[in-house]
Amino acid sequence: MTSGLWELVLKGVWVTIQLLVCSALLAAAVSFVVGVARTHRLWIVRFLAGFYTEVFRGTSALVMIFWVFFVLPPAFGWQLVPLWAGTLALGLTYGAYGSEIVRGALNAVDPAQREGGIALSFTPWQRMRLILLPQAVPEMIPPFSNLLIELLKGTALVSIMGMGDLAFSGNLVRLALQESAEIYTYILLIYFVIAFLLTRVMRGLEKRLKAGVGKKPDSKTRAPEPVVVEAVR
Amino acid sequence: MNWDWSAVSDFMPDFWKGLLVTLQILVIGSLVSFVLGLVWALLMRLPTRWVTWPVGAVTEFVRNTPLLVQLFFLYYVLPEWGLTFSALATGVFAIGLHYSTYTMQVYRAGIEAVPVGQWEAATALNLPLRRTWTAVILPQAVRRVVPALGNYVIAMLKDTPMLMAISVLEMLGHARLFSQEHFQFTEPLTVIGVAFIVISYLASLLLRALERRLAH
Repeated sequence: MTSGLWELVLKGVWVTIQLLVCSALLAAAVSFVVGVARTHRLWIVRFLAGFYTEVFRGTSALVMIFWVFFVLPPAFGWQLVPLWAGTLALGLTYGAYGSEIVRGALNAVDPAQREGGIALSFTPWQRMRLILLPQAVPEMIPPFSNLLIELLKGTALVSIMGMGDLAFSGNLVRLALQESAEIYTYILLIYFVIAFLLTRVMRGLEKRLKAGVGKKPDSKTRAPEPVVVEAVR
Repeated sequence: MNWDWSAVSDFMPDFWKGLLVTLQILVIGSLVSFVLGLVWALLMRLPTRWVTWPVGAVTEFVRNTPLLVQLFFLYYVLPEWGLTFSALATGVFAIGLHYSTYTMQVYRAGIEAVPVGQWEAATALNLPLRRTWTAVILPQAVRRVVPALGNYVIAMLKDTPMLMAISVLEMLGHARLFSQEHFQFTEPLTVIGVAFIVISYLASLLLRALERRLAH
């Protein structure tokens, strides 16, 4: 491989990382908003949040990306820059998965903690901010870490829409060299390295957050939870 | 937004064809992932590090890299090595292999959840190793993990559109073809989006029923 082709791959890495960071931030925002809304006391808020989760988890991320690229522009008359379109599709889809993590962690906090907050006459917002979230957030880190890896794998999908990410640059190099084994091995390895670094960072974060509430991090790495639609109970 | 019902009815024949291919991929892909996952899980229990280390490394690698790139890898590299399969066969194998690295963890958890007493009873009855696995451990382990395996089948359903990238005409492939021919993107893409939601919802209902039955 020539240095020009490597430059192409590096550009792809940069686009993948940009997309990963942007969509992870959007997904985190969506998961907290929707996840907290699912524990709201008004049923209509719970219902809307649940509806959002079911719709976005029920459909395929790739179909969502197609939808954002092809259906939104004529429907609403505005065209998004590819990076933002990709961010929007990935962030909304993975945010729906993340909202389940947030909801689960909030529900797992000992009910006595919430009751203590009520007894001390905290407002609901103070209870959430000062009591529930500080205890729930450290528990969310391991599943969020798995979700982040899924999101990294999901960013490869935008290459189908012609965005120049890592997978796309792999295809370009294949066309240039007429040879695929080498370049795809490199591309897979680069993705693996990024995923490995992400797990390390998340594990460090978990350790710090858990130390803040006097707990130890999970010693065992867990199997990633499948991300699926749940029938309404 | 202008919605055209006639485009929906024009798309329907293609939709059914795509749905059939999607379901084919799903069924065969699940079987591949169930079998391969069990093989990985059993290999990981061998006492020698010469097997567990490479199997662990390879499955970790496959799990942490995008399915899409794996699809490209198999689709373009296997012919260079003189192995030519149809796009559908390659795609089904790739998706089965990818998900086998997930099901492997499910089986592992299931096997570890079998009480130690069962192992001890098998030893006390002097059962050979083969019988211990086939008659005592696996029936109990697999029964426990059926719901978790089902969840991965639903997750796999939502990854089948990726096969479009290696020219398999499943639902999304048909929708894209139809959109490009008729220049109507909204209707076919929305139809398959809704179809995915409906199918995965129905599948989760089915799974819940199965779970209830297995619990007794």
